[in-house]
Amino acid sequence: MQNVIANTTDLEAVALKVREHIIKMSTDGGCFVGASLSAADLIVYLYSEFLNINKDNLNDPDRDYLFLSKGHDVPALYGTFVEMGLLDADRLKNHLSVSDNIYWHPNTKIPGIEFHSGSLGHLPSVAIGVAMDLKIKGSTNKVVCIMGDGELNEGTCWEAVLVANAYKLDNLIFVIDRNQFQANMATEDLIPLEPLHDKFTAFGAAVKRINGHDFDALNEAFSAYPFQTGKLNVVIADTVRGKGLPSIERRADRWFCNFNATEVDDLLKEMHGEHLTQLTSETLVVR
Amino acid sequence: MTYEELLTEIALSDERFIVMTAENRALVRNIPGKLGNRFIDTGITEQTMIGAAAGLALRGRIPVVHALASFLSMRAFEFIRTDAGIPSLPVKLSSFIPGFLSDGNGPTHQALEDISLMRGIPNMTVFAPADEDDLVKMLPQIWDHPNPSYVRINTRKTDYAHTPFELGKAEVISTGDDVTILTYGLMFEQALIAAEMLKNEGLSVGLVNLRSLKPVDERVIIEVTRNSRLTVTLEDHFLTGGLYSIVAEVLLKHGLTASVLPFALNEKWFKPSLLPNVLEYEGFTGKQIAERILGYKTFYKQPGIAVPQFAE
Repeated sequence: MQNVIANTTDLEAVALKVREHIIKMSTDGGCFVGASLSAADLIVYLYSEFLNINKDNLNDPDRDYLFLSKGHDVPALYGTFVEMGLLDADRLKNHLSVSDNIYWHPNTKIPGIEFHSGSLGHLPSVAIGVAMDLKIKGSTNKVVCIMGDGELNEGTCWEAVLVANAYKLDNLIFVIDRNQFQANMATEDLIPLEPLHDKFTAFGAAVKRINGHDFDALNEAFSAYPFQTGKLNVVIADTVRGKGLPSIERRADRWFCNFNATEVDDLLKEMHGEHLTQLTSETLVVR
Repeated sequence: MTYEELLTEIALSDERFIVMTAENRALVRNIPGKLGNRFIDTGITEQTMIGAAAGLALRGRIPVVHALASFLSMRAFEFIRTDAGIPSLPVKLSSFIPGFLSDGNGPTHQALEDISLMRGIPNMTVFAPADEDDLVKMLPQIWDHPNPSYVRINTRKTDYAHTPFELGKAEVISTGDDVTILTYGLMFEQALIAAEMLKNEGLSVGLVNLRSLKPVDERVIIEVTRNSRLTVTLEDHFLTGGLYSIVAEVLLKHGLTASVLPFALNEKWFKPSLLPNVLEYEGFTGKQIAERILGYKTFYKQPGIAVPQFAE
């Protein structure tokens, strides 16, 4: 594990590129842009600094694992893969084309994807199986599972926390992308999750809550892994839906977006600090 | 050899095997002490158990998972379909008390659509042993196969010595021109009795143990329906989606038709009671089956039916 960030500015530059990839994928059929932007910094941090995963060890059983349980933010993962050299940037242009396998949810035909997802509440248990095997084998490798906050409505997430606690899986880290929104509305207006830290603690996990867009805060939290011997690690990363694009940030109606070409150009400029984009495309294309 | 003895022997000789249960330990009672950390009880969490089994399989393990048939096939259905089915991982499902074997539990525990659900999953294989001898003969091949599998566990003892198992092949017990009974699982016991009674009435009777339901032995189904004036499908399953449907699909695929009399539960659950009473009440004893085929009452005596030893 590399536990010192050489240069936070470098990570910010990578994350900016990842966001560009996400925005470019949000047209011609669109993608879950709001959820992807909230998770982008987390994913960039984990692959750059925390996980022992790279293009040379993808098939090595002696590697770390990342499972993306909130699969609809896969544009952030593919963007990160491009920046890691795992995926050719040109392939992102094949988004939703039958000639490739890049669609709205992850699948294992893309190198680096450990398991397909899309149905929420599944990968916490799949990650448990991998963490159990690593424990049986005496491996020191670690397993990260990224979940959405809306995903926590699913009972199987909590079942998984109970089982991970019972089996003392301190090699497993559940990372919650706490962007405050589920598909149509704020989480607290539908199925309130708070106090979330207390909930996970009560279920037996060792919990840290941090700003999911602050690389130093991320590094401080993950450098403390394992948080407590014999306990599941949980990181609640407070994030902003649509982070990086003020014109769609924190908006319930900008979850799945299918922007037109002009909007994409303007959003790319907006991300680099220029004027806000005038959005005309339909809001909340329900998927 | 019992189910538990076989599983213990195979798991001890092959490090890839992991024995899992969602707190149904009736058939794996002595395994925890023998397998150590390769025995995993996830508690009453069928979904999490299947997800974890997929994760273990992803790491090269062969998880053999245990739960009651109705909760395994239905509570965890989407996990089986999505986490074991889509990637075709070798997750080996052992389902307890399927069909009539849930006897006194009531409709919550009646898995009467499990064959239908499981065979609908691409990559999944489905098996239903006639008794313990059939079960231990089929499991080594099923567990050695790379696909996910669903086995209707049946540990009942009969006097019948089964032929060696071959994946995708039916076991032809006898052939007959007048009537042939196609069956699987628990109902094999009663089919043997019914066939004997029908023979005593002067009929030429065939009997087939459809132990491998997916892949199924299409050749045998076609031969039976060509060579026998009446084909009987006998199963402790809903009429929809089980053997009756399988036979219909095979015949239609080959542009054939046949006279088929189904014994199955048609749009209903069965009356909960001890197994012998259930079979009698629902008309599934060997004598009742024979008489329905004959169309008249006989003087034969129905042999005793053993009560299942556990109903966890």
